[in-house]
Amino acid sequence: MTSLWSRVLRRSHFGTEADRATFRTLHTASLASPALREGLTSTSAERSIRHLHALLGSPAVALTDESRLLAWDGIGDHHAPQAPKLAVAVAEQGSTRVFPPRELPCDEPGCPCSYAIGSPLFVEDRMVGTLLVLSPSPTAGLVRAADEVAQWVSGQLSLAELDASRTRLMEAEVRALRAQISPHFVYNSLGAIASFVRTDPDRARELLLEFADFTRYSFRKHGEFTTLAEELRSIERYLMLEQARFGDRLRVTLRIAPEVLPVAIPFLCLQPLVENAVQHGLEGRPDGGQITLIAQDRDRECLITIEDDGAGDDPERVRRALAADVSIDSVGLGNVDERLRRAFGEDYGLVVETAPGAGTKVSVRVPKYAPGVHP
Amino acid sequence: MSHAGGIAAVVVVSILTLGIGIWGLRVSRTTSDFFVASRTVRPALNASAIGGEYLSAASFLGVAGLILTFGADMLWYPVGWTAGYLVLLVLVAAPLRRSGAYTLPDFAEARLGSRRVRALTSVLVVAIGWLYLIPQFQGAGFTLRLATGIDAPLGGLVVAVVVLASVLSGGMRSVTFVQAFQYWLKLTALLVPLIFLLWVWMGDGSPSPANPAFDVASQSGSWADPLSGHGTDSAGHPLYSTYSIIIATFLGTMGLPHVVVRFYTNPDGRAARRTTLVVLGLLGLFYVLPPVYGALGRIYAGDLIADGRSDAVVLELPSRMIGGTLGELLSALLIAGAFAAFLSTSSGLTVAVAGVVSQDIVERWLPGVAAFRLAAVVAVVFPYVLAVAAQDVGVATAVGLAFAVSASTFCPLLVLGIWWSRLTDAGAYAGLLVGGFLSGIAVVRTFFSDGGTSWFLTFLAQPAAWTVPLAFLTMIGVSLLTPQRRAPHVSTFMIRLHTPEGVPLHRG
Repeated sequence: MTSLWSRVLRRSHFGTEADRATFRTLHTASLASPALREGLTSTSAERSIRHLHALLGSPAVALTDESRLLAWDGIGDHHAPQAPKLAVAVAEQGSTRVFPPRELPCDEPGCPCSYAIGSPLFVEDRMVGTLLVLSPSPTAGLVRAADEVAQWVSGQLSLAELDASRTRLMEAEVRALRAQISPHFVYNSLGAIASFVRTDPDRARELLLEFADFTRYSFRKHGEFTTLAEELRSIERYLMLEQARFGDRLRVTLRIAPEVLPVAIPFLCLQPLVENAVQHGLEGRPDGGQITLIAQDRDRECLITIEDDGAGDDPERVRRALAADVSIDSVGLGNVDERLRRAFGEDYGLVVETAPGAGTKVSVRVPKYAPGVHP
Repeated sequence: MSHAGGIAAVVVVSILTLGIGIWGLRVSRTTSDFFVASRTVRPALNASAIGGEYLSAASFLGVAGLILTFGADMLWYPVGWTAGYLVLLVLVAAPLRRSGAYTLPDFAEARLGSRRVRALTSVLVVAIGWLYLIPQFQGAGFTLRLATGIDAPLGGLVVAVVVLASVLSGGMRSVTFVQAFQYWLKLTALLVPLIFLLWVWMGDGSPSPANPAFDVASQSGSWADPLSGHGTDSAGHPLYSTYSIIIATFLGTMGLPHVVVRFYTNPDGRAARRTTLVVLGLLGLFYVLPPVYGALGRIYAGDLIADGRSDAVVLELPSRMIGGTLGELLSALLIAGAFAAFLSTSSGLTVAVAGVVSQDIVERWLPGVAAFRLAAVVAVVFPYVLAVAAQDVGVATAVGLAFAVSASTFCPLLVLGIWWSRLTDAGAYAGLLVGGFLSGIAVVRTFFSDGGTSWFLTFLAQPAAWTVPLAFLTMIGVSLLTPQRRAPHVSTFMIRLHTPEGVPLHRG
């Protein structure tokens, strides 16, 4: 009586037996996916194999890469040393393959792992490993199930690859930003310094040393974050070199609250903005332009604004640059915006206020503390 | 005493405070000169700023009142309020700075990786902030009554409004230079009148304040002897009370929300240590002065004890000993200093409390700026209401209770969090709950009923000596029982906390 009631209740809440089986399967799959999304390693294989085993329901399940066993779950692990051989055999064939008992020599009487089903795992047409399912008999249903699970695992691994390539792209962009000290800037700076060598040797020497320090900071190898003080020091050097070149045409005001100097920010996240401001501020203006850099203390946050009074820009163009539209030739803006949001959360993107002829003002908000962010 | 000088002093200080709040941004460094903008705050300047924010009404008025009433035992308050920075210097300053945390909840989150511990520390920051604000408003109330003759609750309201206005108009607190100026203003306001008062005292033949002739009736024990139980407050068990005061003040300083955020301004751990060292010197200098007022008060203003107005002794002495225009000018200077003390400490605390309230509670419903404004109103109104409702337990005693709560909660969290890698989030949570709850009971009992001399009531009046060890034991015990909950990143975090900046090391 009780069991009938519970069955009725259960049916009314969770649908039919078949529905529930589907839910169970989906739930088990969802448990395995976070580990697989980290790529195929022995750690991720060990964390996911239990759930894959539950999905397939066979006596034992194993994951390999191209030639090594990564994880084994279930009974009969005396077969584990045979897994690499099977993996190589699957790789040779390139599709799901059933291994008969003679390929799995076994001394233990009553061992349920007499047959093995090997399904290849692909990432972008490249085979990266095998899913091995061991069972007493290779039913068509189990072969089909092994094939489907292998395809699903392949899908997860492809997503992992996508994540990894996104991260690599981001790192490459930071490297590009570092290397982005434009050839023009190098040429123009050296030219400006050369012009002082005879008239003012002391100034020339000083500028040359600034130039050396500037490049050292920009080419720094390690560390994703730096302090606002360090970044500002580099910006000051940059502006000093630009002023040596432009003289009175480049007017600069810095207003920095000293309380916010220890704030941690992503490396090279302000300098590209200042370079943009100098470019925009002076573009096509013989009388020169004004750059204003302000850093204010807002208790838990620091507010940094970089403003020029130059030609301004079309807001739509800036919007596309921020959305990382590749057709707009501006690595700087989109990259800085992306890195800020990655470090501090979605609320902390760049804010750009601009219009044609009205100058440009870029605002950056940085929290004084964010988990995992330190120089 | 006429009120003209007092009113003028209050008005001038209020206008200065508000003005700096409104135009404060322009005081911060403006330059078109290179290689100046990225220069960090020097330890000496930052130390003055910490002093400016830290020296509250309790230090300016309360200490003298306590010493006048209860005698030599009370010297432990100024000693402890200074020595707290010694403990801070040795155990906390540099690692806390290197942790990158801005507030105490930030530190809890960074060390333990737990949102729940963060939430509990936020609640404690608000509790300690309010507990510290109540005596500020009470002290401001009677200072205004003395200076201008208005009602004490109304005086507290005036301070509450000025504090709120200055915080909402931009907050003077963020400007290090202004807070540093506050320290020197307070020191001058106490030092200059004292020189004149000592002159008069020497002219009177330098009578000794220890003379029992100055005892007011019903006082037991000798004023100048420690542990004699002079006064009435803790006459039952002076030895226990003294040790409890020592524990609360030595260990409580590190948990004060408005002090901790100042350490973020230091560029690195080394600078944090140097700053703390200078703070020790500056506070040592300042705290020499209030006990002298207390001692002079015993000779010239002993009747204040009977009136229950002993906190007013600092402000009353010039008119009693000198009088005339000079006395009034000196009174005005002292009133200005006291008022500056309320305003700087109160606005620092209000910003700290409002920051927590807005970030963790109000911002779910309101956008950033509106949330902060609402939170600032709540942060000021609640303690003001309590200041009117609760009985006046004395400015320094109430602040002492805030230290006891801080010592029972944040001290174990910081000390164990920095020096013991086996601390877990469950242990920290349990320890904070136990310490906060037990010291909280003691606070409520003290604020809403009269003292007594039984052991039980003495424990409640000075809770630190038993609540601090209990909180430590709970944290250690629960942490040992839950080893599986240790934060996974704890070893990297510890390395970052304890490695000097000069060591070349990848700290990611």
